[in-house]
Amino acid sequence: MKATEAAEMGGRMKAPIAASKALSLGYNSLEPRALWNVLLTVGAWLVAALGSVPLFSVLYMLIVKGGARLGSALFNELPPAGFELGGGIGNAIQGTLVTVAIASLISIPIAILAAVYLAEFRPHSQIASIARFLSKVLTGFPSILAGVFVYAAVVLLMGSYSALAGGVALAVLMLPTITLTAEGAMQMVPQRMKDAAIGMGCTNAQVVWSVTLPTALPSVVTGVILAVARVAGESAPLLFTALFSNYWLRNIEEPTASLSILIYNFSSMPFENQIELAWAASLVLVLIVLTFNILSRFIGRPQV
Amino acid sequence: MSNAALLERPQASSASDIAIDCRVDKIFYGKFLAVRDSVVPIEKGKITGFIGPSGCGKSTVLRSLNRMNDLIKGFRLEGKVNFLGQDIYAKGVDPVVVRRHIGMVFQQPNPFSMSVFENVAFGLKLNRFKGDIEERVEHALTRAALWDEVKDKLKASGLSLSGGQQQRLCIARAVATQPTVLLMDEPCSALDPIATRRIEELMLELKHDYTIALVTHNMQQAGRVADVTAFFSVDISHGGRTGYLVEMGQTQQVFEAPREQLTKEYIRGDFS
Repeated sequence: MKATEAAEMGGRMKAPIAASKALSLGYNSLEPRALWNVLLTVGAWLVAALGSVPLFSVLYMLIVKGGARLGSALFNELPPAGFELGGGIGNAIQGTLVTVAIASLISIPIAILAAVYLAEFRPHSQIASIARFLSKVLTGFPSILAGVFVYAAVVLLMGSYSALAGGVALAVLMLPTITLTAEGAMQMVPQRMKDAAIGMGCTNAQVVWSVTLPTALPSVVTGVILAVARVAGESAPLLFTALFSNYWLRNIEEPTASLSILIYNFSSMPFENQIELAWAASLVLVLIVLTFNILSRFIGRPQV
Repeated sequence: MSNAALLERPQASSASDIAIDCRVDKIFYGKFLAVRDSVVPIEKGKITGFIGPSGCGKSTVLRSLNRMNDLIKGFRLEGKVNFLGQDIYAKGVDPVVVRRHIGMVFQQPNPFSMSVFENVAFGLKLNRFKGDIEERVEHALTRAALWDEVKDKLKASGLSLSGGQQQRLCIARAVATQPTVLLMDEPCSALDPIATRRIEELMLELKHDYTIALVTHNMQQAGRVADVTAFFSVDISHGGRTGYLVEMGQTQQVFEAPREQLTKEYIRGDFS
């Protein structure tokens, strides 16, 4: 405000001197501010393009190197042994989906209930502030430590590596992300909507279940999907928990293959066939994560 | 608690004309004395208007009538609020049940982020209403003078309506469960004059079935719709800002022949 006023004042003061010149309202591309404008616009475009280079080059590599193996065999067949040709990564896809499903089943209910407590029931209690702080710490928790923790807590207890243990390890990673996003989503529900429900004669629990949660649901679902997308690509926590397997998973108490571990194992093998499969597995993994991300964009759209 | 029974109107034990007999000695927020000495009887089947300058405690008194103030930390009421002969601040009274009999319409329209139909059916479902929900919803929307505008978009979100429509939707939501009393806390302050007009007409229509208590910042509004008017003012003599009831009577009497000098000045527009 001040600056424009000053500029106007300046303009007015110069006006008598410039009066001899004809008034020019046209665009002058050689003026310093016009040059700056062009320069900064072009700069922003360039930097934006530069930022998307890694994403597109990775996608390009994956499609070129792994696209050839995309086919029914990739999804239906087991990984080949040493010098075998052909084969697929069916059990790894199955394993990733199963461990992520187990992780979701464990973490989603706990995280949402925790978020209800944090956002609605006792937002200012000491337990809430401790839980909130720990959740924030846990979001930056090295994922390999989640694996080590579950190795000690589940694998040693059950006596074997298992898909279940893998799922628990991933659940540990999903828990804080979902809790914090769900809490934020519930806090965004306007207080006047909650007041309306209380005025209708809702108990605290009824306010949460019939108004707050349904209103916050799109954002909560977005948080869940992003958490799922994040852990789907994790390998470190699965190393000590789900291990790996060359066979189909028949029982969640057995070790299981997963895409990320398969990529790690096969990419370091000396066989052309396995390396190709590792590329194809990477492509499948990226497609799964991308699907989840796009899904979250659609569900998380603000509802009118 | 038998939920279905709540949808039937309770009968007063006495044959008195008073729906809510509000006898506030003191209302505190923490140590702050917000309101004192306000005896405000809300008569059955009439509109009682609460007027007065900002901070005079008219909203506070209104929100004490269905225990909405319980949500505010430090709130404490000394006195009695008798609803059909029972003190709603007595021990063992469940505020949730009180609020189901005494509905509320707020300053800002606040429909839920659900369809128009679900908004109105909300209270019915909450009370596990067993009858024909669609019929009750249509009836409530008709009562709220909204049916003709929304009958073709019952599935549209309540938030997609205009401000005035949203407020009428909130009124429909409140009357769907047929509460005994309807509290309205400045229901038109967020609306334009045309929408305000419609809500005022609606209040006059509704008073045949409901007892209404209306807080308004707009003195003329009380003049237009209220049968009985209560004038509150602020007492700043002891350093605090304490609201109290100055006078209460038939609207015509309060506006044309006020008993108190302060009321006369307020009605004349000397202060607001």
